[in-house]
Amino acid sequence: MRKTSTATLKIISAALFLIALLVAVPLLINATGRSDLYYTLTSVALLSIISAGVWITFYIGRINIGQGAYALLGGYVSAILVTNYGMSFWLTLPLAGLFCAAASVLIGLPILRLRGVYFAMVTLVLTEVARLLALALPITNGASGIVSIPLPTGISLFGVTLVPDFATLANPRLAFYIVAVLLMALCFLGLYRLAHSRIGQLCQSLQQNEELASSIGVNIAYLRVIAYALSSFLGGVGGAMFASISQSIYPSSFTVADSVNFMLNCFLGGLGYVLGPMIGTFVLYFGWDLLFQTGEFQLLIFSTVLILLMLVLPNGLLSLALPRKRRV
Amino acid sequence: MEQVIANGLYLGAQYALIALGLTLIFALMNVLNFAHGQMYVLGGFVTYSVYGQLKLPFVVALICSGVTLAVIGALLEKFLFRPVIRRSKREESTMLLAAATAFFLDAVILLLFGEKQRGVPKIISGVFISDRVILPYDRIVVGVVAILMIAAFMLFMQYSKPGRAMRALAQDRVAAQLMGVKVERYSLIGFALGAMLAGVVGGLLVSITGVNSGIGGPISIKAFLMVMIGGAGVVGGAIAGGFILGMMESVGLTVLREYGDVTYLVIFALLMIFLSIRPHGLMGKPWG
Repeated sequence: MRKTSTATLKIISAALFLIALLVAVPLLINATGRSDLYYTLTSVALLSIISAGVWITFYIGRINIGQGAYALLGGYVSAILVTNYGMSFWLTLPLAGLFCAAASVLIGLPILRLRGVYFAMVTLVLTEVARLLALALPITNGASGIVSIPLPTGISLFGVTLVPDFATLANPRLAFYIVAVLLMALCFLGLYRLAHSRIGQLCQSLQQNEELASSIGVNIAYLRVIAYALSSFLGGVGGAMFASISQSIYPSSFTVADSVNFMLNCFLGGLGYVLGPMIGTFVLYFGWDLLFQTGEFQLLIFSTVLILLMLVLPNGLLSLALPRKRRV
Repeated sequence: MEQVIANGLYLGAQYALIALGLTLIFALMNVLNFAHGQMYVLGGFVTYSVYGQLKLPFVVALICSGVTLAVIGALLEKFLFRPVIRRSKREESTMLLAAATAFFLDAVILLLFGEKQRGVPKIISGVFISDRVILPYDRIVVGVVAILMIAAFMLFMQYSKPGRAMRALAQDRVAAQLMGVKVERYSLIGFALGAMLAGVVGGLLVSITGVNSGIGGPISIKAFLMVMIGGAGVVGGAIAGGFILGMMESVGLTVLREYGDVTYLVIFALLMIFLSIRPHGLMGKPWG
């Protein structure tokens, strides 16, 4: 009985949160006239999707600092399909994700055998590989990147316009914001389901002790490749969205620093919580933005705050809000 | 060909010193020091200030670099890494801390020294020319100093009391503690020593390649590569990894010249294949 009531409570609060994001935030932005916030919030939503991918790899006990590679890959796949082959952006979005997932299976098969810092270091190197590849391959147009990617076109089914053509909209920023928020909601809903499903529990067993899990009969090789593919899928989708919003992609769009940031987002939000990546991204991104006024001291203050946060809350921000949950 | 090998040896000696510091910190504390490249840059800038601007002898500048970084390393260990390691539920938290430290050092370097590329006058001018090899004298000096330092470091680790204690710590922290090794003190010394090595290499190389505030990250990545090749937490592995990477870079730059800037792509691809055969590097312990 009690369990169902908490479940409905969760559903209601999630729905309220979504409504607040989709209705209240645009209203507020309209009232204050700060339409630049759309871009910031869209970025937070997309970055939290990409970080959610990193979170999945944490869930199987791997430290992933290579998410930037897949974000870059996804961005390029979408950009090339849209500009060279004239595909609809909405079709390239899942394709970019699937392409990244396929690539990650190939890459993951050897490197997922590594653990701990070895995996972390290889994935870090992977980001650098992606950048070098983007510079060296002819199709990616080298250092000048792919620019002036057309805005997403509309989708209509049986004459009914489901998604309007972004180029004709008065405020494409708002449209991008809504798409990003919906994607984020979808992503975290999926993440929540995953974490509380059978596979999620198996993943946790991997996180604790792989040998033990494997001795009980868990197919660890299969599970970790699946988890890594899911993680890369999210990275690819986020990267593709980013390329479309900025209408450009360069080899330096996602670098090692970004990969490290995705990892920091997860850490800061707390690795034990599904919403961790979202909170972490929000705090980090807004913190960075707020510090913009401090000019040259931006990085210094930002990193000092990060270090202090680590000293005070080594287990993430959410460990502050949900201290009891952790103990259960 | 001899030229390529000479270049490789020279590069390898530098790289091995960088990797030694990283692997030492990792072996003792289980911390992957993201800030290693930044420590290297800081060392370079200290030498630049002391040797290039104050016109003191190069040796003095090198010592200044080493001492500054050793102090910074010790402070970082005592006030940041130790409390976080003690209180955190997951040991990965130290990685966040290390990354934040890297950002912090980047910011400090940028504020103190600006973003310009800095160089110092040559320590020794002139070029050694034989019929097959051409090497500037300053490179020879730097290479020899690096190799001497590697030798000194290995002797220190092998025969001195702190060295023995640190090796014991790296093998088994709890057992070392039970045998009466003062774990905290030697962790501190180890971290300081690792940071010092990074600083000294930075100081050595500023006389040849110069230094700028942006190269910290790439240096860290190179250091990670070497540690992966050789195996994390093993002194011999770091040295082997450094020389292998130096050699590969030197050979790659010559052989792959006509294909453009693909040397590192090839090295990464080879590394992936190598790691799928030997996941823990040449000499690393399984699951380091």
